[in-house]
Amino acid sequence: MLRIDCLRSIHDKLDDCLVVTIMGAVAAELQSVGHRPNFFYLQHAMGLASSTGLGLALCLPKQRVVVFDGDGSILMNLGGFTTLARYRPKNLVHVIFDNESLLSVGGFPTATATGSDLVALAKAAGIPHTYGVHTLEGFKAHFTAAMKGDDLACIVAKVEAAGPKGYVTDLSLLENRFQFRRHIEKLTGKAFIAKDT
Amino acid sequence: MPVSLANSQVIYKALKSCGIGLVSALPETWLVHLIRMAEDDPKMILVRLAKEEEGVGISAGAHFAGTKSAMLMQNHGFLASINGIVSFAQLYRIPLLMLISYRGHFGERDPWQTQGGSATEPLLRALGIPYSFLDDPATVEKRIAAAQTWAVSSLHPAALLLTRDLMWEE
Repeated sequence: MLRIDCLRSIHDKLDDCLVVTIMGAVAAELQSVGHRPNFFYLQHAMGLASSTGLGLALCLPKQRVVVFDGDGSILMNLGGFTTLARYRPKNLVHVIFDNESLLSVGGFPTATATGSDLVALAKAAGIPHTYGVHTLEGFKAHFTAAMKGDDLACIVAKVEAAGPKGYVTDLSLLENRFQFRRHIEKLTGKAFIAKDT
Repeated sequence: MPVSLANSQVIYKALKSCGIGLVSALPETWLVHLIRMAEDDPKMILVRLAKEEEGVGISAGAHFAGTKSAMLMQNHGFLASINGIVSFAQLYRIPLLMLISYRGHFGERDPWQTQGGSATEPLLRALGIPYSFLDDPATVEKRIAAAQTWAVSSLHPAALLLTRDLMWEE
């Protein structure tokens, strides 16, 4: 299973939610499938995409939040699993693409290549609706169900260690960041700048 | 416990006055009263962390959502958060209001705190993070408001060092 096929299969379900991705292949591939103003790509700070999603989900309980994570990133923030489970935001869907590899830096294997099991880790952290998927049909079905559900869900999708040729896109980091916040401002009807000052 | 309850109340009131709606925290001795106040406040979202760096992501999410946030951490938690501060908050211009308990400085009896105490200010300076001290209850509210205003206007992390003079009663 290819990650980009997973992203293509559910892209049309992302219009009405807030999406946070990790860096590298996930960000580049989602942009290649189609960028939207409700997508934020965390192009560094590995591990913090899930924490960002948690902050969004807690502050905006009426919005659906989707995090596209990876094995390398989540392994850098396993404690974040426990924080997610502790607050259990009903409006967050956590997708982890597990290619058992640090693909963008040469494809070195992560610990999931040698037996560490992210599904078991997520469940043990206390995330009850955790699913491991190996097929595109399975991914699409679990993602669709999670998006309709009313509880924190974690989907670990085993994917091939294959990605795009390059990772730098023509969307600048800051442009993306301001666009994303402006989108939320419109969505919530709050005037953020006036509120800040 | 000789952690100052009265001065913790002054700090918490100041956070409320500047509209803080979310606090992330990892317990440490000097922060116990502040964390309990956040816990008892139905209008405050308290996020208890496993590691302080998570708080950078939480605060970024809150900022995107239009909610003002503060991070409560020990200076060793600040040390543990540096990659997140640099490669998220500074890279993406995210305002952070960091309240850092300044352990390991003069007066510290716990030997294990002392190395981090000596590293705290040099690291804040190296990262270009402006900071001021919370050392007198009379100026706490003004300094917290000033740091919050600057963090938001500059879209950058700002730090307040919670000193022994303010936090500890012997």
